[in-house]
Amino acid sequence: MHIQLGGIDYAILLIYFAFVLSIGWVLKRYMKGSTDFFLSGRSIPAWVTGLAFLSANLGAQEVIGMAASGAKYGIMTSHFYWVGAIPAMVFLAIFMMPFYYGSRARSVPEYLKLRFDEKTRGFNAISFAVMTVFSSGISMHALAKLMETLLGWNYNGCIAVSAFIVLAYIFLGGLTSAIYNEVLQFFMIVLGFAPLVFLALKDVGGWAGLQQKLIPVAEGQHFAAGTWSDSWKHMNSALDNPMGVGWFGMVMGLGFVLSFGYWCTDFLVIQRAMAANSMSAARRTPLIAAIPKMLFPALVILPGMIAIALHSSGGNSFLPLGKDGTPDYNLTIPTMLVKYFPTGLLGIGFTALMASFMSGMAGNVTAFNTVWTYDIYQSYIAPKKSDTHYLWMGRMATVFGIGLSIGAAYLASAFNNIMDMLQLVFGFVNAPLFATFLLGMFWRRATGHGAFFGLLGGTAGAAIFHGLAISEGAHAGIKGGWLGRHLIFHSEMGQNFWMAIVAWTSCFILTIIISVATKRKKTDEELKGLVYALTPKQKTESEPWYMQPVTIGILVLVATLLLNLIFW
Amino acid sequence: MNFDLRLPIGLMFSLFGAMLAIFGAATANKEMYEKHSLGININLGWGLVLLAFGLFMLLMTWRASRKHGKRP
Repeated sequence: MHIQLGGIDYAILLIYFAFVLSIGWVLKRYMKGSTDFFLSGRSIPAWVTGLAFLSANLGAQEVIGMAASGAKYGIMTSHFYWVGAIPAMVFLAIFMMPFYYGSRARSVPEYLKLRFDEKTRGFNAISFAVMTVFSSGISMHALAKLMETLLGWNYNGCIAVSAFIVLAYIFLGGLTSAIYNEVLQFFMIVLGFAPLVFLALKDVGGWAGLQQKLIPVAEGQHFAAGTWSDSWKHMNSALDNPMGVGWFGMVMGLGFVLSFGYWCTDFLVIQRAMAANSMSAARRTPLIAAIPKMLFPALVILPGMIAIALHSSGGNSFLPLGKDGTPDYNLTIPTMLVKYFPTGLLGIGFTALMASFMSGMAGNVTAFNTVWTYDIYQSYIAPKKSDTHYLWMGRMATVFGIGLSIGAAYLASAFNNIMDMLQLVFGFVNAPLFATFLLGMFWRRATGHGAFFGLLGGTAGAAIFHGLAISEGAHAGIKGGWLGRHLIFHSEMGQNFWMAIVAWTSCFILTIIISVATKRKKTDEELKGLVYALTPKQKTESEPWYMQPVTIGILVLVATLLLNLIFW
Repeated sequence: MNFDLRLPIGLMFSLFGAMLAIFGAATANKEMYEKHSLGININLGWGLVLLAFGLFMLLMTWRASRKHGKRP
């Protein structure tokens, strides 16, 4: 597939870059101390942090990946939103944000130090820092690879330009710059992809027409007729749907463990809420994000579903084919853009895609420079320096964080297996995290030793489970099964969901057992503001009832439930 | 922070909207709309939507700055 962009398309792209850089430039003069640089001086209004919260997660993996899943699995992909993300975001807003924001911790690892101890923080900080560098490298690699394939651009040039732009605006304006650009990118994605959905849906004859056209897709793969357009009807058994997961594994593994683990503990997104200008703004941040998030399946999954319908009704020639003769799902979005957008609008669509890659990188870089400076540098390498020194360190961390990301990008392009391996290891480390936070926030008896060894145990549990389990037809090794093929799953996704369940459960149980067996080191006084039972009830300031987090949270949940029922 | 984010959003989308709308008007009845966008002049149509969004953001910025008075 090769695309020709016109002059107006390039002009749009360049104007976008100019805006991105000038936002960094304008913000430079506000960066006076480290809190300004790492936490935006806790001064950002809720609508901005909310959209940035959503956008930080809206990297390329999300846009490209969700459309790919929409083509591959159909509307069941919406479970990532309507079962996964939304309930977790509401939980974060109502129950967890008071502790993150209220404790005045400057990062998620720092919360772990305040609540538990130094080693738990160290473990989380180091694994998180390494992970962010690799994620941003992977994003950069994916962008350069895509532009090379589609536009024939030079791979090295793409890496250099994207790294330079992200470096420049974060170096100048820190987290604020990243957040502002994320909001800009949010509008780019929404306004850039909305006409795509409009045109494509009109082309296939609306939702009813699409449902009709998806029947042959499902039947061609020997599933029931409505499998691609019903989100819940075919989840009784893992054999009934292309994802290869049953409802229990999906609800517990994806909905509970993985989604709560990501949305409620990942500093990349939580940092956005921590930058909010008040407690109530911090609590409203995930809720403001949840409202557009709820509708995002229409923007990112629906184009994938339409693409596969066109592919199947057009003699399997719409999507480019991979080496094994199946469609190359990762090219779903670019294919759709080229099909429906004439030059002009194509520039907007492409810029939106580029923007999502770059904000994925920027989100990781700002999370990295904060955790590096506060949780690693200030804690272990150079404590008690002046604030100006840490501000300087934050800028340096931005530079070498991006340097390391470039290294990771080239590593990814040279050794694909290393990346898969690393992502697997991060999966082991992340899966149990939510158990630690849940116990930490809601059970005052949980101790530092309990948390630390519980986390290690959960990570080990994930690794052992991975060694014993494998999906049908996969080779033992990176896909699992290196300790023997004891548990066979219908799909890799099913295997992952269950791995998460095992990791979470082992961490939860181990933390409880070890906590009971060890002595509490923190007094009730020290845990004030960190644990639910020891924190005075939030006075929800002087807001009207319809602005209260609980009210908005309930409304969001009801709306999500309705969406599940409509597309049942 | 005295910097209103709605200002760059408004400027950028007004500019993009104007560019698309003018380009769309200039290329009306071209076959590229038959080929890609179901015969709809989507550049003109969507350009106007973007322009309206951009101008709305600018209006909000202007109103906010009037309400709070001029700041340094």
